[in-house]
Amino acid sequence: MTRRRFFPHPWLSLFLFGIWQLLMNDLSAATLAAGALLAWGIPLLTRRFWPDPPRPRKPLVALRLTLCVLGDIVAANLQVARLILGPARKLRPAFVEYPVALSDPFAVGALASIISLTPGTVTADVSPDRKTLLIHALDVANEQELIDTIKNRYEKPLQEVFPCSQTPF
Amino acid sequence: MNFAFWIEALVAALILAGSVFALIGSIGLWKLPDFFMRLHGPTKATTLGVGALVIGSLLYFSTRGAGLSLHELLITIFLFLTAPVSANLLAKAALHQELKRSKKTKGKVWPQ
Repeated sequence: MTRRRFFPHPWLSLFLFGIWQLLMNDLSAATLAAGALLAWGIPLLTRRFWPDPPRPRKPLVALRLTLCVLGDIVAANLQVARLILGPARKLRPAFVEYPVALSDPFAVGALASIISLTPGTVTADVSPDRKTLLIHALDVANEQELIDTIKNRYEKPLQEVFPCSQTPF
Repeated sequence: MNFAFWIEALVAALILAGSVFALIGSIGLWKLPDFFMRLHGPTKATTLGVGALVIGSLLYFSTRGAGLSLHELLITIFLFLTAPVSANLLAKAALHQELKRSKKTKGKVWPQ
C-alpha cells in the first residue's frame, strides 16, 4: 500500500489545500505550490494521530446533505429567533434520547454537530458506547417526530456516505 | 441607480440582518429560563448572524476591484466546526454540575 503510505489522507489534503488558498486570499504560482506542499506534508507528518481515516463514499449524497444542512441552518435560525422573541413560558423544552445507527465514529461526530447546528436542538452528551445521543430541544411537541426527522434527514444520508467503520471500537 | 449602489444596498441589508440575528441570540441568552435553553441562543441565532456579516464583507471586498476576496469563508467554516463542540462541552459541564432545569423540561438526564 505505497499509495496510502505517501498520500495517507486524500480528503484531509484537499481540505488543507482549500484552507490554505482561502487564507492566502490570492492565486499565484507560489501560493499554489506552497499549498500543495503543505497539503501533502501535514497529513504525512500527522498520520499517527489518524489511524483510521474516514472514507467517504458517494460524494453526490454528501453534497446534497451539505446543501440540505446549510438550508436547515438558516431555517433553524429563523425558528429559534421566533422562539426566543416569543413568550418563554410557551416553550416546551425536553431531553430526548436519540438511538444512533451509525458505526463510524467520524459520522457520529458529524451527526452530533449537525444536530447542534440545526432545528432547535443541542447534543448534550454521548453514551460511552456511542450508541445513544442525549439531545436537549428548545421546543418539542412530539419526541418521536423529532427522532424520525433527524433519522430521515441526516442520519440516512450519513450512513450512505460512511457505510461502516474499519476498526471496531 | 447603478450597479455599485445596489451592491452597497445589499451589503447594508446583510450587515443589518446579521446584527439583528446576533442581537436576538444575545436576547435569548438573557431571557430564556434555564441554562440548557440559553445554550440555544449562541449556537444558532448567532451562526446566521455571523454568516450574514461574513457574506456582506465578502461582497464588499470582492467588488472593490481588488479581486475576489474569499478568506472570510474560513470564519464560517471554523465557526461551524467549533460551535457544536463548545455547545456540547458546555452542556456536558452543566449536566455534571447538575444545574437547575426548567420544571417543564421533559425527559431524563443521564447520571454523570
